Amino acid sequence: MNATALPLEVAATSIAHEPRARLFSPAGWAAIGVALLVFGVVVPLLALAVPEGNALHLTSYALTLSGKILCYALCAVALDLVWGYCGILSLGHGLFFALGGYAMGMYLMRSIGLDGVYHMDLPDFMVFLDWKTLPWYWKGTHSFAYSALLVVLVPGLLAFVFGYFAFRSRIKGVYLSIITQALTYAAMLLFFRNDTGFGGNNGFTDFKRILGFSIHAPGTRVVLFALSGFALVGALVLCRFIVTSRLGRVVTAIRDAESRVMFCGYDPKAYKLFVWTLSAVLCGIAGALYVPQVGIINPSEMAPTNSIEMVVWVATGGRGTLFGPIVGAGVVNLAKSYFTVAAPEYWLFFLGLIFVLVTIFLPQGIVGLLRRRKQG
Amino acid sequence: MMRIRSWGRRRDNPEAPSEVLDWAPGLPHDTSGTSASAPGRVVTDDEIDTSHKVILYMEDVTVSFDGFKALNNLSFNLDDGELRCVIGPNGAGKTTMMDVITGKTSPDTGKVFLGQTIDLTRYDEPEIATLGIGRKFQKPTVFERHTVFENLELALKNDKRWWKTLGATLKSWQEDRIAAVLATIGLAGEAKRPAGLLAHGQKQRLEIGMLLVQDPRVLLLDEPVAGMTDEETAELAALLNTLRGKHSIVVVEHDMDFVARIAERVTVLHEGRVLAEGTLDDVKNNATVVEVYLGR
Repeated sequence: MNATALPLEVAATSIAHEPRARLFSPAGWAAIGVALLVFGVVVPLLALAVPEGNALHLTSYALTLSGKILCYALCAVALDLVWGYCGILSLGHGLFFALGGYAMGMYLMRSIGLDGVYHMDLPDFMVFLDWKTLPWYWKGTHSFAYSALLVVLVPGLLAFVFGYFAFRSRIKGVYLSIITQALTYAAMLLFFRNDTGFGGNNGFTDFKRILGFSIHAPGTRVVLFALSGFALVGALVLCRFIVTSRLGRVVTAIRDAESRVMFCGYDPKAYKLFVWTLSAVLCGIAGALYVPQVGIINPSEMAPTNSIEMVVWVATGGRGTLFGPIVGAGVVNLAKSYFTVAAPEYWLFFLGLIFVLVTIFLPQGIVGLLRRRKQG
Repeated sequence: MMRIRSWGRRRDNPEAPSEVLDWAPGLPHDTSGTSASAPGRVVTDDEIDTSHKVILYMEDVTVSFDGFKALNNLSFNLDDGELRCVIGPNGAGKTTMMDVITGKTSPDTGKVFLGQTIDLTRYDEPEIATLGIGRKFQKPTVFERHTVFENLELALKNDKRWWKTLGATLKSWQEDRIAAVLATIGLAGEAKRPAGLLAHGQKQRLEIGMLLVQDPRVLLLDEPVAGMTDEETAELAALLNTLRGKHSIVVVEHDMDFVARIAERVTVLHEGRVLAEGTLDDVKNNATVVEVYLGR
């Protein structure tokens, strides 16, 4: 929350007298080009064309792990938009991620068709609960297009309604953070119930296919990976476009001096609501890409710790930089996949330690450190 | 005609009537006025009607916080183009008065009008700012991480609805306007510096500049010289003297030397109401004022 820890250059994204600040430096555009090439060409080749056993072959484990991290990085960018630029610290973004995941999961459950354990038209968990018909909110989820719409609409609508009331009531700072945390916790409890109709604590799993393609086929997995990469790049460009616009400067101004923004004639509620809702939608898209890759979605994705982990990614990478959170999500999650194998019981302590160390020694995160180095 | 858009938290009528009848709230009609000021005239909403000379009008305004009356039946008029100094001891209600005018605080009772027709209690802060009331805070409040130029760009009179700002670019006349204001406030050389790096007095002037680019009809300045050096104070007094007549200005101030430099009429507030009003000499010689304020 402490905006004063941010460097002065952060908001100075535009150069006066230029019609519009440039989106990225030439080096930035080059990096984006390289990233697109890696996601769309290099990785697919390494995973599909290079034979197994070759040192360059990308294993399915590595592919899934990197795809997962790309989805997390997308969440981190989304969170940075509201936290780093607008000063709204959300401790509940895991909820939007999970809702996007559940919306995609409903489609994946429906496309199992008759291949489930019970060979029934209903998803297995409903048969197990002795339900005879689909609940109304499952209607239409056999359609991919409709489910894709839900991926955007459900997190977006929830964020809009929540944000509307929260920002209208001028709830800010730690109070807003606590409410977002409570919101995701309440949703988790709701989704844990079997009666809610989302598979209770087991959630959705055992997916078979997506759009007719086997979900386990290497080709499908590579496509999902590439889509995650493209979504991440797309979100980065979109967010960068927003923060370099005048709207972005109003949003950072709200973070730094909201009362002055109001007395300049801007209505901060509308601006906050825009970035807040957009951020939630991006998280929902991340969740929808995540679920087919990891093959499961359950209410533990809504656990408060998941949302807090997202905050740690952003803080570690450097908030208010958009690029930093991507780095942070990568570093922290690679550390996590190492630790949860090497010493699973210590992972949460380690995560806490990262947060403490970053807060004390790297208030501007890894990217801030690199910038300081560069400036000497 | 200005567009006022907002949702939520509107404090009174959700829709102000598009046309309202001219009326003078409790004031004698200006008999010397033109036909435009005749009673019963239909005027456009949101246009500031100063046909009776008064631009800011407060009548019997009371604000209480937990039983403490910060404003107690305060009545206050500001003429169009006037520069008024408001003085008074701590807790006299000066800042609360500004809060009421700018929509930050809703009065418990009383009327607050901009011109003859605009009931300010119906609007929230951004709307009131758009209507033409600019406010400077006691503590200089600028966007510290934005450059001086960007501070003025954000404050500039413009369409400030969010979707308009996404693709907004500065027009050349707007750049000229910013350049002119930069010259007025003496910060032309600092345009590209982050505002957070400015000296205290420069921040105060930047904040005033941010009000000026909004082309406000009324400027409210809350202790503009607090914490300033003598030189900075002199610069600000010179700046206010150039603004005299172009805007209606209310200056709340403790610094009597500064007040003496700029004052036309002075209003003394005490315990939430007007104790005295007149020239600086008038109020200085007012026995009650001397007792509660100046004499100490």
